[in-house]
Amino acid sequence: MKEQQYNSLKDQITPKTPLAINCLKAFAVGGLICCVGQAISFFYMMFFDFTEKTVGNPTVATMVFLAMLLTGFGQYRKLGQFAGAGSAVPVTGFGNAVVSAAIEGKTEGLVLGVGSNMFKLAGSVILFGVVSAFFVTLIKLILVSVGVAAW
Amino acid sequence: MVIVFQSKPSILSSGVVVGPLEKRSVFQTYFDKISADERFQKVSNEKGNAMLISEACQTILKKSNLNNLDIDYLLGGDLVNQMTPTNFAARELAVSFIGLFSACATSVSSIVIASLLTELGASNYSIAGASSQHNSVERQFRYPVDYGGQKPATAQWTVTAAGFVLVGKHQPKLPYVEAATIGKVIDYGATDPFHMGGAMAPAAFDTIQAHLKKRSQTVKDYDVIMTGDLGKIGLKILIAMFAQSGVKKEDLSRFRDAGAEFYGEDTAFLAGASGAGCSAAVYSGYMMEQFKSGRYKRVLLVATGALLSPLSFQQGETIPCTAHAIEIGMG
Amino acid sequence: MSTIGFTFLVAFIVGGLICLIGQLLMDVAKLTPGHTLSILVVVGAILDGLNLYESLINFAGAGATIPITSFGNSLTHGAMAEAEKHGWIGLLTGMFEVTSSGISAAILFGFIAALIFKPKGKVD
Repeated sequence: MKEQQYNSLKDQITPKTPLAINCLKAFAVGGLICCVGQAISFFYMMFFDFTEKTVGNPTVATMVFLAMLLTGFGQYRKLGQFAGAGSAVPVTGFGNAVVSAAIEGKTEGLVLGVGSNMFKLAGSVILFGVVSAFFVTLIKLILVSVGVAAW
Repeated sequence: MVIVFQSKPSILSSGVVVGPLEKRSVFQTYFDKISADERFQKVSNEKGNAMLISEACQTILKKSNLNNLDIDYLLGGDLVNQMTPTNFAARELAVSFIGLFSACATSVSSIVIASLLTELGASNYSIAGASSQHNSVERQFRYPVDYGGQKPATAQWTVTAAGFVLVGKHQPKLPYVEAATIGKVIDYGATDPFHMGGAMAPAAFDTIQAHLKKRSQTVKDYDVIMTGDLGKIGLKILIAMFAQSGVKKEDLSRFRDAGAEFYGEDTAFLAGASGAGCSAAVYSGYMMEQFKSGRYKRVLLVATGALLSPLSFQQGETIPCTAHAIEIGMG
Repeated sequence: MSTIGFTFLVAFIVGGLICLIGQLLMDVAKLTPGHTLSILVVVGAILDGLNLYESLINFAGAGATIPITSFGNSLTHGAMAEAEKHGWIGLLTGMFEVTSSGISAAILFGFIAALIFKPKGKVD
């Protein structure tokens, strides 16, 4: 059977991605995780000295801590299979990526295993975050110097 | 491509050792041992993989009343980098060792080489097989096991299992190896590592057709043609290919797949089982029992393998695949 | 009380929408999670460059600070603050000061988790 013929047969038989349901699940779980974050923010603003401007940091750190617990107890994996981007896109997904890689690297020791492998999945996020911050600021700086934009 | 074994080397014994999750397999009564810990109390998954292999080989020695000095060759492989689990198990067994890599098709390629050595008169007893361990394979090829990735319906679950057989000179009332076809590498441009069944089906089709042609046989000459791990969807694709090539509908039911059946209808395992241990465990345990019980007289076992690496995938390469077939008769 | 309820609703919708975009990138564009998250981080950086992300945070609260896009935002925000104060030198020095609590937390908790947990290869 020729390659093209085979590939159309394969596409015929392979079940299609349930896009609508996946999007719905991602929306619902992602939204819910953000609500949890919102509740945590309110908690910090109410009982500690944080304002709306400064509460982002402790909120994100707390969310990552929760992600660590869920990952370590094997629950984040189940959530991820259900929610897809709904659990991967929030910062908890980033935490899950780092923590799961770190846990797995333990068999090679803390230096060669945990240290080297920890950013296997999340490294590109850090890389592109830092690099895009640089270039966006650079472009902004140029535009401001030329007088086209303002800070 | 097709080898015919005049001396009909026999499958004298088998050893199948699996992990705790494999208790959920429909074939669980055909496993010699189900371990409660996929690491066998060892400190790493890779060491656990080596224990799977060691225990499977020890099972064979015990069942056939032999010790490792009686074994001429150990042939086998696994999916971990450089096949270290099999290498370390071979160290424990202290037998002349030929390591093989055909990905998930190693279960059959090892039996083919063992049969050749037996046919040549170079071996009285050889142990051949393959294994896989879920955590070590996932970590290497896909994501950390605790990562919350979303697997599609075409994804398959790598089994934790080791399946080995004892190959020796022909003996009556046991299954024997009559012929074998070593597969070519077939690549139809598949790029999705979560749809292995779709990548490997063309290779299975090519090998089966080559075997049938050279042996002047048809699908009807076999009680069953069982592929290794095409999974539920890959098996459907293979059957469709044979339907299009003219095989009648009532004969299509002879096609089975170890991966598609391994975990039954349990949807948690998506499209089914995969891994070198999948075909190895089912062929060595369940299949050999079907021969001994008289249910089957002639079977074609076609183990399929995807010859990619994590690096080749990252480099944007397609997934080349192969399939090796052995024709098992009874007598 | 109703403003609190409204805050949660907006957080839910905006956060959900960003995740939905991520799901489309994964399912339709067939991108890996790594590619998807990298794209979203860059989008967050660009939106902050256009002075839009802070307004989004004011509007949606956690709906904007929790998705990974906020990483791009906070990294860019730190760099731009330095550049505004010190010009070209600020761009360079600011880049070495940029930080994100999410990244620091992930590193710290990843380390702690590696000490406590063992990977579980369960299916469900």
